[in-house]
Amino acid sequence: MSQLPLRAQLASALGRTAATLSRATGRGDGSVIGGRVGLMLEPDLLRKLAADRTLVLVSATNGKTTTTRLIASALQELGGVATNAFGANMPAGHVSALSSAKDAPFGVLEVDEKYLPEVLDTTNAGLVCLMNLSRDQMDRAAEIWLLAQKWRRALDGKPAHVIANCDDPLVTWGASTAARVTWVAAGQRWREDSWCCPECGGPLDRAGSASLGQGTGAPPSADSSWACRECTFHRPEPNWVLDGEDVIDPRGTRWRLDLQLPGQANRANAAMAMATAEAIGVEPGRSLSRLRTVTSVAGRYTTVERDGRSLRLLLSKNPAGWLEAFDVADPTLPIILSVNAQGPDGRDTSWLWDVDYRILRGRPVYVTGERRLDLALRLAVADVPFQLCESFDHAVTALPPGRIDVIANYTAFQQIRAEFNRAV
Amino acid sequence: MQSELAIVWIYPDLLSTYGDQGNALVLEQRARARGIATRTVHVRSSDPVPRDGHVYLIGGGEDRPQILGAERLRKDGGLHQAIDRGAALLAVCAGYQIMGSVFGGEEGQPVPGIELLDISSGRGERRSVGELAAEVDPALGLPMLTGFENHMGVTRLGPGVRPLSRTLVGTGNGDGTEGCYAGRVIGTYLHGPALARNPALADLLLSWVVGPLPQIDDSWYQRLRDERLAAVLPR
Repeated sequence: MSQLPLRAQLASALGRTAATLSRATGRGDGSVIGGRVGLMLEPDLLRKLAADRTLVLVSATNGKTTTTRLIASALQELGGVATNAFGANMPAGHVSALSSAKDAPFGVLEVDEKYLPEVLDTTNAGLVCLMNLSRDQMDRAAEIWLLAQKWRRALDGKPAHVIANCDDPLVTWGASTAARVTWVAAGQRWREDSWCCPECGGPLDRAGSASLGQGTGAPPSADSSWACRECTFHRPEPNWVLDGEDVIDPRGTRWRLDLQLPGQANRANAAMAMATAEAIGVEPGRSLSRLRTVTSVAGRYTTVERDGRSLRLLLSKNPAGWLEAFDVADPTLPIILSVNAQGPDGRDTSWLWDVDYRILRGRPVYVTGERRLDLALRLAVADVPFQLCESFDHAVTALPPGRIDVIANYTAFQQIRAEFNRAV
Repeated sequence: MQSELAIVWIYPDLLSTYGDQGNALVLEQRARARGIATRTVHVRSSDPVPRDGHVYLIGGGEDRPQILGAERLRKDGGLHQAIDRGAALLAVCAGYQIMGSVFGGEEGQPVPGIELLDISSGRGERRSVGELAAEVDPALGLPMLTGFENHMGVTRLGPGVRPLSRTLVGTGNGDGTEGCYAGRVIGTYLHGPALARNPALADLLLSWVVGPLPQIDDSWYQRLRDERLAAVLPR
């Protein structure tokens, strides 16, 4: 890294200056503009910055930012880690992350699902961690079957070692052209996108599964095997298994997770992180002690205080994410739901109809956000009583002091975070 | 009709890309509000389509599932029999195209449909993504159509169908019309929960199979419609 060619050194330095300026002028956290400036001066900068490091790419529909954080934490056992901790997950963000820690021997990069092929080609990363694929922001995102197809093509013929969740049939299919795969049975709650075989289109038979439709999700079950009824495609034998609160490593040793991050989805993220860390030489005992120190990730799961109310912030961007958030939310507490439909959220709110809100019956439910009427109708049709609130602040003051859960989608979440000085 | 209204959702395992379930939930809710018991059947693409349902729904999907869905529906034949027996159908987006004689596959290649509607579709030049508003054929007596479209399709209507509406905002079929209908079959590019934004369309489908319906409280539907139409229609 210290051997960067002069032009790349200059591009990297100017990019960091742009990032500093962006932060100083309050325009943003600088990770995108800095990377853009660097790439403008040296289009090959990402490849050059990636060379000579042990690099992990992390991609999925949900859990990218958290899993990136967990893997980066684990690798700190071995040395310095460059990482895009705040979710700037396209090449400009990658350049910025690697530039800002030029001498770190390790890099852990969250990668947008669509960009994975390009970033893999450019960086020639040695490790790729793939967790899940489900419907997400269809007005601007790629169709997921197509996305998995692109992953297959990108991994084919590359030396990368892939760590993949074999409980997700589409991820399994996307990963299975890789030269080497470590399979992790990390579970799959949202199954509405994997009733058909990605290989042949035939029906997938799934163990321990709720029936199709309604989006209620599968209970976390030890047996999550699946197989196509018409071709030979089936779940590979896992090397690692997430079993309730425990991770079982390839030697059969059981590790109680005891994370501070809540919920089944984070236990799955931790299992993926432990398997990835071991592939780089961090044994489970050491990685786990690092994972347990993570309490919140870019504001997710953090608790903020206002006027005697303790608000726990949960981010959910798509139907699978809402299922995970419901798993974390406390059924005895009131809940505020906030939904927007700005560009980063997807301008289409249809996905609200894929979420099963009936689980909220019996809780005080407060609805806000720019698209609160879409959510209001959705809840009315589901027979979930709710209060409509003009703003987040109105919702908070309408509730008595005490603990409150908050679930918001992307820009709604960022708006709330901004009210609390960008809580992390 | 028997004691229960049977809502049949065709192939949610293939064609349920984004919120298509909403149409079934809205039909259930609006029937229930009138004291009509409902039963919703989710038909996997490996299973036969029941012949004895009342309202059938088929949703949107990616190219490959659309082709698989069309093949299986054609082999099955159940949907044709149900429609012949007087059932109603709402076909959305990819499901709408399947109802015609032909549609465009992954590379734009023609793929045969199931010929339930006199339409033919192909791939357009660019993807149409965004809000749509359209005036419904006056013969149907429905208020403005509102919804979201996300497709690359262009659909030509034959003499056997009538356009469902004339677009004010959005692309629809690509010729200034959006969707079509013939008998008790309605097709539309309004993807996801089209019926949530158009409860009168839901009631039309219901009334075709159960007869005239009493008014119900529509306030949440109406508030959402008003907001969306105000957001997209020129003032």
